[in-house]
Amino acid sequence: MANKPIVDFETIKKDLSNNPKPIQVLNENAEIVDQKVFDSFSDDDLVEFMKKMVWERALHEQTMNFSRQGRMGFYAPTEGEEASEMGTVLAMKKQDYLLPAYRDIPQLIQHGATVTEAYLWSRGHVVGNKYDARAMMPQIIIGAAYNEAAGVALGLKKNGEDAIAFTYTGDGGTSQGDSYEGMNFAGAFQAPALFIVQNNGFAISTPRKKQTAAPTLAQKAVAAGIPSVQVDGMDILACYKVAQAAREYITAGNGPVMIETLTYRYGAHSSAGDDPKRYRTEEETKPWFDKDPLIRLRKVLEDKGLWSDEDEEKLVDEYKSSFKDAIKEADAVEPDTVPAMLKRTFEVPTPEIKEEIAKFEEKESK
Amino acid sequence: MAKKTYIKAITDALDIVLDEDPKTLIFGEDVGKNGGVFRTTQGLQEKYGEDRVFDTPLAESGILGMATGLGVTGWRPIPEIQFMGFSFEAVDQIVGQQARMRFRFDGKQTAPVTIRTPYGGGTHTAEMHADNLENYFTGTPGLRVVMPSNPYDAKGLLISSVENNDPVLFMENLKLYRSMKDDIPDGKYTVPLDKANVSREGTDITIVAYGAEVNEALKVADKLAEEKISVEVIDLRTVSPIDTETIFKSLEKTHKVVIVQEAQKMAGVGAQVASAISEKAIMSLDAPIGRVAAPNSVYPFAQSEDIWIPGEEEIEEKVREILNY
Repeated sequence: MANKPIVDFETIKKDLSNNPKPIQVLNENAEIVDQKVFDSFSDDDLVEFMKKMVWERALHEQTMNFSRQGRMGFYAPTEGEEASEMGTVLAMKKQDYLLPAYRDIPQLIQHGATVTEAYLWSRGHVVGNKYDARAMMPQIIIGAAYNEAAGVALGLKKNGEDAIAFTYTGDGGTSQGDSYEGMNFAGAFQAPALFIVQNNGFAISTPRKKQTAAPTLAQKAVAAGIPSVQVDGMDILACYKVAQAAREYITAGNGPVMIETLTYRYGAHSSAGDDPKRYRTEEETKPWFDKDPLIRLRKVLEDKGLWSDEDEEKLVDEYKSSFKDAIKEADAVEPDTVPAMLKRTFEVPTPEIKEEIAKFEEKESK
Repeated sequence: MAKKTYIKAITDALDIVLDEDPKTLIFGEDVGKNGGVFRTTQGLQEKYGEDRVFDTPLAESGILGMATGLGVTGWRPIPEIQFMGFSFEAVDQIVGQQARMRFRFDGKQTAPVTIRTPYGGGTHTAEMHADNLENYFTGTPGLRVVMPSNPYDAKGLLISSVENNDPVLFMENLKLYRSMKDDIPDGKYTVPLDKANVSREGTDITIVAYGAEVNEALKVADKLAEEKISVEVIDLRTVSPIDTETIFKSLEKTHKVVIVQEAQKMAGVGAQVASAISEKAIMSLDAPIGRVAAPNSVYPFAQSEDIWIPGEEEIEEKVREILNY
């Protein structure tokens, strides 16, 4: 008798690739693949979604312009990720708490920060963080937001609030131990957190396939006992519906959820200007440009007679002019001072800091 | 007043802050039913319920990330890191997140977190359980580091730490946990977070110490008193910030100083004290600054701790050397 192994690892491994297809409402040819869900949106809803995406792209373009003029600090381009970012954030309520990463500035603005504040954040001015919104500062340490989201969610739950924590990371972010710890804590405490992974294909230059052997990133939630799903991140209708369903499920007391949006970063990692041609070919990127989230919704709206090029141009002009106003407002903000920095380090300044405050105040008064 | 161990003094403080402020939360590995591996949180879950005192999954970064998140939603977290060596797993949350919170938001959001954690040598523990790691954290703006040397201070400093609206790293000395008893008041009292304590007054030489080394210094002072040598002992209590004013005042009287720490000598609290003296009080001195610290090796395995940790003998030797300069 042939020696049959006690366990068939190969079959187990293959099973890891048996995953449902990413959720989609509108496919890349602008065909409706889920009529029932599509019909749940009014014409006004559809126009509103389009406006949000046009707004985000205009924000990206204008901000990159400012960046080239040397008027911005660190800023992460968002072109290509409009459906993923706007679709998910539109499911948020004002009382929810946002823990963004650095590419999530559009969501932070949607949640209540002003564009002026966002620009001040980019430039590195503290006034940019004093927004009237329940949100952390955009997280620079990849993965840290997931840990904190578990705590925010537990805090909201303990407060008895009808609110949840929304947090974002990218495909690279799922490799961080903190991402797992955060999801695991949220799961263990059944805390109301929505973990969103925007899988845009690259962590700076490292492609998604080099991050992990896991067939999907959504699977990474499974080990923490958290339901998760993949969604077409270029389809704003699917992103919104899935995030909304997740929020409903979470607020009903069912614990956390993770969503992986399949999207693409069209441009460079950051405004510092790395060149994507160094790590990906046009052959690779072209199919993603064809999946553009704006193209597909625009076509649906045009077919319904709800949208025209002129409408869009007018909107883009309007938005861009508001961003120009915002940067002027940012220019007008007084620069920070060393005494102010010292004063906000501790609530009660230490003896050494008190001495330094006096020293720098004297220097300034001269 | 009752005689209480260092550990009971800490339990007392936790009991008081849980009772006084319904927003305080204690959590960490094994702090609930088990009452912590040293029984520091013994009876607290029973008294205040699982919503206030609870066990977490085993992950230090997760524990402190949870503390950060709870802090911005209105809670006052008192997380425990089971042994300080494990805090390396969570350095980002301490240094990268909590300590910067007030600065980032100009006070709009803060991290009113008190991280309790045991440290310190001499009890022959496993590796990574005993190191004096304060030197990694004292260079962090926005973070206070507290190291009580006795049960009275432990209780009063812990209450102050929890009431403080900034993050505090509260280091509990393992060796002192059960080896030291003090008469301490039953009710609430506080000890300030920026004042050193003159543990013993003297006129011939000043010893500046903190943590368990304060008790070693006091032993030396007792011994030398028999020879009519009068030693002043200053207990820093908090190593960030350091109360240099109390030190400088003492040096105006004694003109000699020995700085003692259990940690390795390189780039630490003792060096900071020496630097402050050199900068602002050097003219008070009539002898070089004396230092007692552990050798600059990796922290020893349990069996070799006794030949490595500086104690009474090393302090006495250095004090005599400076006195005879």
